Amino acid sequence: MTVDSNTPQARAFQPSELELGRRAFRRSRGRRSLLVSVLSTLVFAGLLALLLAGSPGWAKVQASFFDLGVAADAFPRVIKGLWLNVQVLAVSVLGVAVFGTLLAITRTLRGAVFTPLRLLAAGYTDLFRGMPLLLVLYIVGFGVPGLELTGRMPAQFWGTIALILTYSAYVSEVLRAGIEAVHPSQRLAARSLGLSHAKTLRLVVMPQAIRKVTPALMNDFVSMQKDVGLISVLGAVDAVRAAQIEVASSYNFTPYVLAGVLFVLLSWPFIRVTDWVTARAQRREQIGGVV
Amino acid sequence: MSQAELQSVERSTASPVLRLEGVVKRFGDHTVLDGIDLEVGRHEVVVLIGASGSGKSTLLKTINLLEQVDDGRILLSGKAGDTLDITDPRVDADRVRARIGVVFQHYNLFPHMRVLDNVTLAARQVLRTSRGDAERTGLALLDRIGLAEKAREYPDRLSGGQQQRVAIARAIATDPELLLLDEITSALDPQLVGEVLDLVRDLKAQGATIVMATHEMSFARRVADRVVYLKDGRLIEQGPPEQIFDAPLREETKAFLSRLRDPFE
Repeated sequence: MTVDSNTPQARAFQPSELELGRRAFRRSRGRRSLLVSVLSTLVFAGLLALLLAGSPGWAKVQASFFDLGVAADAFPRVIKGLWLNVQVLAVSVLGVAVFGTLLAITRTLRGAVFTPLRLLAAGYTDLFRGMPLLLVLYIVGFGVPGLELTGRMPAQFWGTIALILTYSAYVSEVLRAGIEAVHPSQRLAARSLGLSHAKTLRLVVMPQAIRKVTPALMNDFVSMQKDVGLISVLGAVDAVRAAQIEVASSYNFTPYVLAGVLFVLLSWPFIRVTDWVTARAQRREQIGGVV
Repeated sequence: MSQAELQSVERSTASPVLRLEGVVKRFGDHTVLDGIDLEVGRHEVVVLIGASGSGKSTLLKTINLLEQVDDGRILLSGKAGDTLDITDPRVDADRVRARIGVVFQHYNLFPHMRVLDNVTLAARQVLRTSRGDAERTGLALLDRIGLAEKAREYPDRLSGGQQQRVAIARAIATDPELLLLDEITSALDPQLVGEVLDLVRDLKAQGATIVMATHEMSFARRVADRVVYLKDGRLIEQGPPEQIFDAPLREETKAFLSRLRDPFE
């Protein structure tokens, strides 16, 4: 923690010789470990580069996977496809937030009246957590339109539905754990003030529950960010599909690598934020300890 | 207080705010409350004493409908003289709870809300007071308990005694007819107990009707109008503090109090 040097405490505190010695030692140790880690990273990267470039087929692999010209040609279409992924992701996240919350709340309802609902929600989460997303995509994307309940919908529509169905199951389990981790005395206090069951849930339980499970929820979001690429199996022209089309016309695999790099770039900021939030939560719980 | 006001206070003491008739509560085969009859007059402070597990907390929970009674009934009278059987399942339990303030042993403040939001929550969400009005009342209340400067802090920045005083402010913010205090000093360091008990004394002076469960016998003696001794879910003896503490009529009460004075007896 940094202390504002203008505060009286900061001016008053003069570390002793003993403490200054300890700090100097820690600094020198810190410098040494930084040096070691930089060196070992360089050595490792060098070895990897030697291994790749020295392999017999490297020239061919480089030409068919890392061709900058092909990447530049494919870029406009792949990035257009990625924009579709981003749109599907945005809608899916909203859908998952609503449906996942409803599922979680249903599973935490008490009282015999709600038993059928509770069982239904439990069965739902069991089913969709166990089923591969790819199969859900096929069944929803090719099966449900056959019911002819709606007019012709684009493939990305069914892809979004399938994503919401699967991820709501994961997210509802995370939220349920959060809801159950809020101490019952909090409910008691809220009810004793005259708050209804619904208001207690909305104003007292959910805010605390979500805070407890934020790192886990963000993790689910990150994996959803890359799973939107799977909607390509339904024929939606997203980044993966666009890359596939480019590959088919050029017989060069660089567009796949390009799409991969773009997906990583899309999720990277969020991955970093997730790690930061998780680390902060952990620090808060381990206040006062060094190990 | 004028002579006329004093008389009106005394007169209204005669009509009970709360009346328990043969209240029974069971957890499985275990009978926690075994036919409790009790009346609490307006502006009266009733202190429940008894060993752990004697049913004090459960009694308070049944009054606030946080536990359902298994027999008997509980009548709550409003300021207008209307009487309501709150154990009737047709009664809106949330309405009843809004008329009764509760303070818990472990404060149970909402950690994700600022102190002021904790205090104004019931006014805003149950009584539907506007945020502005609720916050004016809340700030005045926090000022009264000497915590106005903590209004924008989160509860975890406060000491235990301060948190418990905020919990009391939260319970009285909607001007309840009855205040239930459930061992509110049991989780506090001895030097913090005083500030909470001073606040309870202020509330009594202002005419609050209070039922409290406590282990603080010296405080019970000073603040109680009536002391009620519970044992195994039964009301053994009740009376003014001088009677209960100095000249108890029942052997059980004597035994309980002497064990308190010397735990090794």
